[in-house]
Amino acid sequence: MDMINLKIDGLDVSVSKGTTILEAAKELKIDIPTLCYIKKLNEVGSCRVCVVEIEGKRGLQPACVTNVSEGMVVSTANKTVRETRKNILELILANHNRECLSCPRNLKCELQKLCNEAGVDNVYYEKKALRSPVSASLSIVRDPGKCVLCGRCISVCANVQNVGVIDFAYRGPQTAVTTPYEQNLSENSCINCGQCIEICPVGALQEKDDTDKVWSAIDNPGLHVVVQVAPAVRVALGEEFGMPVGSNVEGKMVSALKRLGFDKVFDTDFSADLTIMEEGTELLDRINNGGKLPLITSCSPGWIKFCEHNYQDFLDNLSSCKSPQQMFGAVAKSYYAKRADIDPAKIFVVSVMPCTAKKFEAVRDEMQVNGYREVDAVITTRELAKMIKLSGMDFTKLPDGTFDGILGESTGAAVIFGATGGVMEAALRTVADILTGKDLQDIDYKEVRGLEGTREATVEINGMEIKLAIVNGTGNAAKLLDKIRAGEANYHFIEVMACRGGCINGGGQPIILDKSKTEEVRQRRAEGLYGIDRSKEIRKSHQNPEIKELYADFFEKPGSHKVHEHLHTHYVKR
Amino acid sequence: MEDIKILSARFGKIKPDSVEEYINAGGYEGLKKAVTMQQEEIIEEMKKSNLYGRGGAAYPTGIKWEQAYAVKKDPKYLVCNADEGEPGTFKDKRILAEDPLLLIEGMTIGAYIMGAKEGYIYIRGEYSAIQRIVKSAIENAKKAGYLGTNILGKGFDFDLHVVSGAGAYVCGENTALVESLEGKQGRPRQKPPYVKNCGLFQMPTILNNVETYSCIPCIVNVGGERYSSFGTEFSGGTKLLCLSGNVVNRGVYEIPYGLTIREIIYNLGGGVKDGKKLKFVHLGGSSGSCLPESLLDTRICYDDLKKNGLSLGSGAVLVVDDSNCVVDYLKAVMEFFEEESCGKCTPCREGNQRLLELLEKLSQGRGTLADIEKMKSIAQTMKMTSFCGLGQSAPTALVTLLKYFENEFIEHTAGKCANGKCSMNSKGVN
Repeated sequence: MDMINLKIDGLDVSVSKGTTILEAAKELKIDIPTLCYIKKLNEVGSCRVCVVEIEGKRGLQPACVTNVSEGMVVSTANKTVRETRKNILELILANHNRECLSCPRNLKCELQKLCNEAGVDNVYYEKKALRSPVSASLSIVRDPGKCVLCGRCISVCANVQNVGVIDFAYRGPQTAVTTPYEQNLSENSCINCGQCIEICPVGALQEKDDTDKVWSAIDNPGLHVVVQVAPAVRVALGEEFGMPVGSNVEGKMVSALKRLGFDKVFDTDFSADLTIMEEGTELLDRINNGGKLPLITSCSPGWIKFCEHNYQDFLDNLSSCKSPQQMFGAVAKSYYAKRADIDPAKIFVVSVMPCTAKKFEAVRDEMQVNGYREVDAVITTRELAKMIKLSGMDFTKLPDGTFDGILGESTGAAVIFGATGGVMEAALRTVADILTGKDLQDIDYKEVRGLEGTREATVEINGMEIKLAIVNGTGNAAKLLDKIRAGEANYHFIEVMACRGGCINGGGQPIILDKSKTEEVRQRRAEGLYGIDRSKEIRKSHQNPEIKELYADFFEKPGSHKVHEHLHTHYVKR
Repeated sequence: MEDIKILSARFGKIKPDSVEEYINAGGYEGLKKAVTMQQEEIIEEMKKSNLYGRGGAAYPTGIKWEQAYAVKKDPKYLVCNADEGEPGTFKDKRILAEDPLLLIEGMTIGAYIMGAKEGYIYIRGEYSAIQRIVKSAIENAKKAGYLGTNILGKGFDFDLHVVSGAGAYVCGENTALVESLEGKQGRPRQKPPYVKNCGLFQMPTILNNVETYSCIPCIVNVGGERYSSFGTEFSGGTKLLCLSGNVVNRGVYEIPYGLTIREIIYNLGGGVKDGKKLKFVHLGGSSGSCLPESLLDTRICYDDLKKNGLSLGSGAVLVVDDSNCVVDYLKAVMEFFEEESCGKCTPCREGNQRLLELLEKLSQGRGTLADIEKMKSIAQTMKMTSFCGLGQSAPTALVTLLKYFENEFIEHTAGKCANGKCSMNSKGVN
């Protein structure tokens, strides 16, 4: 490979051709500050925070999009660069709503960090840009007054998710990131995935905060408030309290929830096992009885809305199973209500989800059981952390608690739902046992694991060859479905997760301040989930004793009429 | 002074879209000769002609075309920048409205050289009537066999399309223009890659100003050396200048390179209007430099201008008399840039509005010496770090006026506007 020799801040470095100055400086442990830049996703060079001086070049050059050349001499922090960078940050800050103390991103804000480091101690100017007011959908709040116009959200929405409901509009001081015709995000094909929130460097994009709803339910003595927690929450919540990425904080989380005042602390893992029972049965039924194939998973509400908008010819391919969140709600307000002898009207179901789209899913018309809304409030991992902090608990020192029965037992199969490939693997474990009639021991389907955007595998179970695909990120899903439409690919079973990496990287997860670590964080959160799976005694959904009890006591068997009434749904063209 | 009219020879004398009248007045001689020549030969003549890009950047056209010719990738596109958005510039309008076939001929020669099959003329939206003239000229040229298929029976094809701009100044910037042509927002692209390698639809693209293309037929016709001799040693040919402001005879003038700014204002322009005194000249449009009386003897030629820290830009010569106030004048300039910044990069989007804010403070009598220093600092940041030429050159007028008239700015901090143009309406109250 062609190597290029250059000098950065007086240090020699040799890098391969095509490397940017930013990357070359990293080799020397020189961190050039960046704002708009996200590697391979938003390499636009527009914020100009990363400008550096190159000997012999007029002006300063953006390190993020300028490639190295032989003999280049670069200064990344000389007087000119320092003063210029400070000027640029001051200009950005001048038009930024500087209510840092009351901003949900306080201390997790990239602009705040950059300005701090660059010594921006004063904002010289008086006028403020007039920007549109705050607008909120069921999932996402946009605050244009805080927007720094970096364009990252636009890139992730259009290029990773293939959604593209936001873009730059207008020019000069009116420049804004907005939607077509200034629609609210709830009026267009936004899928509520919240990836824009995760990538936003500041607080211009946030989840719709629903903690007030939860507090008032807890404070209402007439309500029996139960909470369910999705698998991916437990390996990320610790980050909000300074714990290492990927730590499993399930025990502390359960204790915290109990102290917050929930009457019962249940686990979405339980209903994930239930989902596998139903979805596994559905898959075998479709294969054996000539049903519509490929079967496509339906746990990810962002993906479902994407499909309803853009791939309506695949709606019949979607599994009719409700997602674990909704199955939980349906069971809580029927089976649990009956067993605990509580009027379902008095039960208030709260979900803690790594996901902003779950807020939308919970209010879909179809998501009701016996006339009751299945889930009454959805909060994200970040919102739960906020509630815990507000309650003054020292989270890291809490004792380990355990989930309550009869909706709290779960298996290793359920917990891996939180990572891309996990639903697939969980389903295979159950399907394989059903087809062979054995209790198989070799249940690690490593071929379906990983963080790549699209993966394919073929497994053979008892002579039956099952062709599988796993995609994460709706952009990858779109590509795969296009191939299927074109007749270039076909499968029996496809797992789709709306977010890259699956729920561990959902739009409700803790913000990763250093975006260059995003991949690593995904990896460690996923490892956290697989670690829990390994440590579980029971690792197959159909062996969950509470699930067995649920069928014996209430649903009879997977796919029964009662099951269909409670746990299955349909989709709409949008 | 030899009265040479290359670009303006037919202005007002022919029916602009008539191929017949164009030919009778000497048109299409360049193309007829070009198709008998080797492509490299024509480029060689262009290099000898010392033709520099007339849009404002003044890049040597011969070298640009040589580089574009060397790119081995098809199809290649020819694009003409007829967005003419620089304030005080109205020369391309004359060519488009009064001799569009000259431009078409120039582009057709370009197509012959590059092997391009399609070209686009991106005309500013405000010129809607002119767009119709150009379209009609294109149709007529096709009917007459000078455009379209099998041009002049030489077996090469070239078609031209007129595309209307939508009012953004930044679309005069090459890459933003290409984005706009592709139907996207007019925002500049990161360079490299340059449009000659990767332009319209990601293909090699030759992009020049109206006036630049219009020089090509003459260069081919009379030869590069002869063309060059019309100007100075380093600046070949003639240039259309747009004289405007406080001057007696405003208008478009074709001048050979080498005239001084004083000669242009006083000999061609008839001097400052209403017997007033000249304060400064804003050269090259709003993005250009302002020069005081003491520099009026600078010759219009790239080298001499550069030596004095000036550039010709698009060829706008705006005369400002001494009844004007520099702060008040600059406010108008910066209002323009504030509005026209595409909003992509921080220094341009934010810098222009902050410069305007500080100028407004000065004009209200609220400004301070620190504000002046801050303006200098932002201007420097904009110049050094803006994404494209718009932001880099937006503070030029401010920087040059501060250089030559700093005292007047300082007077404003003391609440004084000698020309009585600024309201100075109190300290802090509007």
